[in-house]
Amino acid sequence: MNIPDDLLYTQDHEWIRVESQGDKQVGVVGITDYAQSQLGDIVFVDVNTVGETLSQQEIFGTIEAVKTVADLFMPVSGKVVEFNEQLRDKPELINQDPYGEGWIIKVELTNPEELNSLLSAEQYKQLIGEEG
Amino acid sequence: MALKRTPLYQWHVDHGAHMVEFAGFEMPLYYNSIKEEHLNVREGAGLFDISHMGELLIYGPEAFDFLQYATTNDVGRLKRGQAQYTLLLNEAGGIIDDAILYKLDDDRFMLVVNAANTEKDFNWLNHLAKGFNVDIEDVSDQMALIAIQGPRAQAILSKLSETDLFQIPYYHFVVGAISGFPNVIISNTGYTGSGGFELYMAPGYAKYIWEELLHEGKDEGLVPVGLGARDTLRLEMGYRLYGNDMDESTSPLEAGLNWVVHYDKDFVGREALLKQKEEGFTRRLRGFVVEDRLIPRKGYEIVDREGTPVGTVTSGGFGYSINKVIGMGYIDRAALKNKSDLFLKARNRTAQIKLSKLPFYKDSPFVKNK
Repeated sequence: MNIPDDLLYTQDHEWIRVESQGDKQVGVVGITDYAQSQLGDIVFVDVNTVGETLSQQEIFGTIEAVKTVADLFMPVSGKVVEFNEQLRDKPELINQDPYGEGWIIKVELTNPEELNSLLSAEQYKQLIGEEG
Repeated sequence: MALKRTPLYQWHVDHGAHMVEFAGFEMPLYYNSIKEEHLNVREGAGLFDISHMGELLIYGPEAFDFLQYATTNDVGRLKRGQAQYTLLLNEAGGIIDDAILYKLDDDRFMLVVNAANTEKDFNWLNHLAKGFNVDIEDVSDQMALIAIQGPRAQAILSKLSETDLFQIPYYHFVVGAISGFPNVIISNTGYTGSGGFELYMAPGYAKYIWEELLHEGKDEGLVPVGLGARDTLRLEMGYRLYGNDMDESTSPLEAGLNWVVHYDKDFVGREALLKQKEEGFTRRLRGFVVEDRLIPRKGYEIVDREGTPVGTVTSGGFGYSINKVIGMGYIDRAALKNKSDLFLKARNRTAQIKLSKLPFYKDSPFVKNK
């Protein structure tokens, strides 16, 4: 199971990679390799929240897989500034490359301190170890 | 209760299958991707382990009379070496199971049933068999079942078969050797709509035949396929799945399976069905296409424009070969008659649906009216 060390994780199996852009902190958000393997073939990714400012753990979208449907949760509070448009036609990018081309949204963080509440790679490994 | 395993369980695990519980068995859902496995069956060939299916042997001097009574289809139309799709009903006309009946000999039959129902069917048939000179034996544990499906299936299987497969018409079978292993029932049947064969064999042969087939089929693009693609393939064909699209609360009239009911004989459930025919029934299983990016799931409500519930989804998914979101469900006949606009209600969303004739997948060799 691929769990990169340089990302932060949620209990709900999202990951976030934060970069500074000027005075803003922008996070790229996706779901983990573990999550995509549990969901199986992803059929649709629906994100209708671009432009909205959402709180940590609010739902920002939905993933429909062959066998199940799953909500996507904000890892931190922020404004959804971009959806990965490639996923409209190629949702399987999430299955193929969950930390790269399969990223889902970009978020402008409104409360970067919330990053402290997220899991490290090591902690996330323990989480899915327990679940698996 | 511990989950059961097929003789191919270890092979699946060793080859990276995503295993899930299904009907009390640990089964492969997919190996790599449901979509790829689905398309592979439509365009080339796929290999399925469906050894979880139940097999009941029914034999004795009155086996024929008993089966005419216990099943809905006309066993009289079956010749030796032929199979038929059939139903077991309860007295109220509800569907106990759907099954395939094989005529092995004049007084010897095999009924292939859904894994989840094997024990229920066995008990039910034994209950009905009182007064008949017939024996019923559950041989599910003595049989493995491998399906090879797709346009290339016959060419691949031919390499391992001494029997000329062209001599086996649709819904017929022979007992022959595969790869030197004897007494394999080679049946021209399937649940995909892409043609192919189902192979019933002793469990000890399964791993060898499975691997030989994959080896011989390598250049023809044969891949193992899990239950995930089996479900999307059957859904595109509108094939009903027991437990989803029918159960003991639904009748063959409602489920659109009246074509396997032969009324010119006495069978369990006949009176109830005749009564239902006369008095009418209120709902009917229909196929539909969702005109939005929303997958119908079992239990989702179907409503009319006013939001009044008029039906329930029983199956749904993405049809990879037709590139549409499809589903099946029971819909009130009043709403069907009025040609109401219909909507799928899912979680916090609503999407319009359009009724569609079954099967959805019109390119199947088994679709006559395209």
